[in-house]
Amino acid sequence: MEFERPLDELEDKLASLKHLDVSEQPDLAAEIAGLEAEIARLHETLYAELTPWERVQIARHPERPKTDDYLQALFTDVVEVHGDRLFGDDESVFAGFATLQGRKVAVLGHRKGKNTTENVRRNFGSPHPEGFRKAERLMHLADRFGMPIVSFLDTAGAYPGLDDEDRGQALAIADCLAALSSVRVPVVVVGIGEGGSGGALAIGFGDRLIMLENAYYSVISPEMCATILHKDARRASETSACLQLTADDLVRLGLADAVVAEPRGGAHRDPEMVFDGVRTALSAALESLSAVDRATLPDTRYERLRRIGEVAGG
Amino acid sequence: MRSARLSERPTPDDHETDSMPISDWFKAREQRNYTTPTEAATTSDLPDGVWVRCEGCKRTLYMGDLERELMVCPTCGRHHDLSAPERLAMLLDEGSFEEVDAHLRSVDPLQFTSGKVYSEQVAAAVQRTGLGEAIVTGRATIGGHRAIVGVMDFRFIGASMGSVVGEKVTRAFELALAERTPLVLVTASGGARMQEGMLSLMQMAKTAAAATRLAAAGVPYIVVLTNPTMGGVTASFATLGDVLIAEPGALIGFAGPRLVEQTIRKSLPKGFQSSEFLLEHGMIDMVVDRRELKDRVALLLSYLTAGDE
Repeated sequence: MEFERPLDELEDKLASLKHLDVSEQPDLAAEIAGLEAEIARLHETLYAELTPWERVQIARHPERPKTDDYLQALFTDVVEVHGDRLFGDDESVFAGFATLQGRKVAVLGHRKGKNTTENVRRNFGSPHPEGFRKAERLMHLADRFGMPIVSFLDTAGAYPGLDDEDRGQALAIADCLAALSSVRVPVVVVGIGEGGSGGALAIGFGDRLIMLENAYYSVISPEMCATILHKDARRASETSACLQLTADDLVRLGLADAVVAEPRGGAHRDPEMVFDGVRTALSAALESLSAVDRATLPDTRYERLRRIGEVAGG
Repeated sequence: MRSARLSERPTPDDHETDSMPISDWFKAREQRNYTTPTEAATTSDLPDGVWVRCEGCKRTLYMGDLERELMVCPTCGRHHDLSAPERLAMLLDEGSFEEVDAHLRSVDPLQFTSGKVYSEQVAAAVQRTGLGEAIVTGRATIGGHRAIVGVMDFRFIGASMGSVVGEKVTRAFELALAERTPLVLVTASGGARMQEGMLSLMQMAKTAAAATRLAAAGVPYIVVLTNPTMGGVTASFATLGDVLIAEPGALIGFAGPRLVEQTIRKSLPKGFQSSEFLLEHGMIDMVVDRRELKDRVALLLSYLTAGDE
């Protein structure tokens, strides 16, 4: 990541020094020790106070754990379902059933790929209308058969393509919002990476919102916001601060309920730690919701939405 | 001959007030006098806005003629954008409108300062339009049918949906539900209001949830999509209606056309994201000429409330 470049340079230098024969150059040992100390110091300062824009970069890191990784690490007996029964199957959205510590749930998630081939198939995690319609189908199944919904957010946004408009991208998202607002089962959302606008929101609100420390959730991408306001996408650092899109911002705005800590430098540095954190937060959320009378959940969820927004003269 | 751009045409009131009640707006409109141009009239005698250039066929039109046609070009049929007061005047029975929630105002919850200062932008929009926010809501009758109505005004920060627009839309749904009265919303919007960040994105969920509750209660909801209706508004309450009507030639979609063009790296087909395009793709029920809109909405209301009789 760009902001890590000074650290990368030092680490490269250290690696090259370590290749040399210490016995031939007596000064080398001291130089290596000095470099190591400098790297340790930089580690402390670089990650101590991450800016919102740095967190956005971490949230987009190609090695960051993805929906598939959480499915594998946290769940057993995963069954995927496919298709929207209208047009096709969108691989950028996962929909299926899975078991979390003995609890049977319906799982939704944006699906980024691990490599280029996977990413092309999955459209880099940006859903088409059929992806949202598959998600909506799963919401109705969960509602009918009484399974809580667990949803993982990781998308730059709904895909802004020509065919997507032809097939009603806006209507597909709106239908998801309608379905998610009315399901009579608990809905727990986990922001694991990118939360890009309407494409994230379509599967991204419910009874609890858990955010990873470096995940973001935003009305618009910082780059697009900068392009609109300043005709300059390079001012994304400024707009990402203004948009208040970090996990901590969301807690302060009353939108997120819990933040899962990440290792220094981001979730990709120690995925196991993050899996443990998400497992704990998810179980706690599902447990607290399991005692609630299911029929009252849509009203409670509505009240939760109803409180969002700041107005004067109300 | 001077001709004003239609989008910049002055409001009928010469005095810009903080917020003029809608009833006063109608009075001001009636009191407005047009001078019939004579041959003797010279360019400098004409006040701004008497002559306008059609944005469709580029012909110069006499404003009085255009207004008689509800701002539809008599030559090419181009539907020019209407302000909320103009829309209320053409759609509702005269004198039937009773505004609600007029006092709601936007605050600047994020202290958003990138680009223009948001609080100043809102204040300027209030000043310029005479409206409190980008939507006007209330009770009215349409062709004798009672309805809760809401009309968005694109002049107010692109009628983007922030907390206040989301709240007024939600309250309109709740009022329709409480009074079991059909809801008619006329949309125009650039999408979510980014200066309110996640609070504005969540208005999509809030309004969609309110729409769902109205639908579950069996109260009709008609949407009139006007130019332009985009982004988060199209992707929430605006497409959850029982019947979706669009005005001719309106731009309606999710992603903006320029973004789509950049994404596919090809030029867009003619008429992409137009009302007619959406009708052809099965996304809306009908495209209705503005001059027939009131009658059509009234007729639809009579069908959708037929079960109540």
